[in-house]
Amino acid sequence: MSGKIRIMINGRYVWVAEGMSVAAAMMMADEPCRFSIRRDARAPFCGMGVCMECRATVNGVLHRRTCQVLCTAEMEIVTG
Amino acid sequence: MTARFDVVVVGAGPGGIAAATVAAETGRSVCMLDDNASHGGQIWRGFRADAAWKYPHGRSFLDWTRRLQRTECEVWNGWQAIDAPAKSFLRLEHDGETRDIGFDNLILATGARERFLPFPGWTLPGVMGAGGLQALVKSGLDAEGKRVVLAGSGPLLLAVAAGLTKFGARIAGIYEQARLGRLAAFGFSLLSQPAKLLEGARYRLNTSYAPYRTGCWVVRAEGHGRLEQVTVTDGRKQWTLTCDWLGSGFHLVPNLELPRLFDCRITEGYVSVDDLQQSSVPHVACVGELTGIGGVEKALLEGQIAGLAAAGRDREAHALARHRGQFERFAMRMDRAFALRPELRSLADAETLICRCEDITHAALQECGSWREAKLHTRCGMGACQGRICGTAAEFLFGWERTGMRAPVLPAKASTLAAEAEPFEVVHGS
Repeated sequence: MSGKIRIMINGRYVWVAEGMSVAAAMMMADEPCRFSIRRDARAPFCGMGVCMECRATVNGVLHRRTCQVLCTAEMEIVTG
Repeated sequence: MTARFDVVVVGAGPGGIAAATVAAETGRSVCMLDDNASHGGQIWRGFRADAAWKYPHGRSFLDWTRRLQRTECEVWNGWQAIDAPAKSFLRLEHDGETRDIGFDNLILATGARERFLPFPGWTLPGVMGAGGLQALVKSGLDAEGKRVVLAGSGPLLLAVAAGLTKFGARIAGIYEQARLGRLAAFGFSLLSQPAKLLEGARYRLNTSYAPYRTGCWVVRAEGHGRLEQVTVTDGRKQWTLTCDWLGSGFHLVPNLELPRLFDCRITEGYVSVDDLQQSSVPHVACVGELTGIGGVEKALLEGQIAGLAAAGRDREAHALARHRGQFERFAMRMDRAFALRPELRSLADAETLICRCEDITHAALQECGSWREAKLHTRCGMGACQGRICGTAAEFLFGWERTGMRAPVLPAKASTLAAEAEPFEVVHGS
């Protein structure tokens, strides 16, 4: 994890370390990954691609498991 | 696209790497795939070759990575096995792309996940698995100055405490549900494996500033929109700690989805295998945590046995198999030492969610008599995680047995599932 790259989370630009997972970036930006059926905010839980709590929209692709996806420059991430 | 290999290995942790490496060293065509962005599995997650010496098990990571890189083994990262439309190939998905991969021999090394038990507040942001928290920190989450409570069971708690400390977190307390007596017996049994004792001692030394309490467990997590405090108990009194994060995992359970999809025989929670790691299904071998939670050394040995067997080197495989005994005993002792206490069954109250995907409460599940009934009546376990979290919890909470696994193993695009199998375009090896 060397340089910093810029990504967009829910319309807001944030700078993150290159190589950071999207799930970690969302936690650090204090943005929920998704809202549950009861509309509770959910954040990363298992950290290893099993629980599906961290799924969000990455570059327009729905339901990506963000703990399994690394940040790339100008990536766009949206809760839910 | 379709491709065919002599040997396909699913899972790129220590077991998978060892299997793929030794099979490829014999000249067989081998492909190892994993849904993570890079190889290493959980225990070797985030290791960098230039700094591997810093980590426990870093040496074996380096050795095996170098050995793997000297082979012709193909490594497909980010690929998730979704289905096995026939017994001789797997259907994979990656970033919306679909691929079929055929094999003569399949080696499953899918590892383990944490067992999560529901308690009030466990869905709050800031509550994570213990290993889960460690994985997130290894993938870049900044732990500097964070106050962390670890509660659950298993040797992972101490390892995580030591790891997070190194990343700048302050551990407010480590709460192990197992009784001291059981742990002492386990520790005593490790006298024959001093390396393991030493590893535990080192972790504890690095976290000696934090209380480590046995016979204690988490009662609830609370906060407004996110975790603010955790209440723990020793069974008599309760006390509350403020914290930023709670890492809670109750030892490990094997990832049995693929063995179940292939109908491998499972006995008492683990895949049954013979001396050469072969499951009850011809040409399907299982290694590592799938056959018993025993850690990296067990996985490396079993991986090598399965890799050699898949390459037809049965004599060498049998020679290695003679060393399996001590690891099997270690796995059994560990299961005994960290067996769950019955009090944990009553942590969830009526309103606690058991199924996090479908928001199903404990009260709703109590009306049901079996896992099947729960699925049909409440949609418990029918959500995105396919019961990986709630099904494992329900086994312990209600004693419900889960059998069989239907594709897709994870949610997949309809086109992935509907695709016709095509003849293999790229055939590797004989």
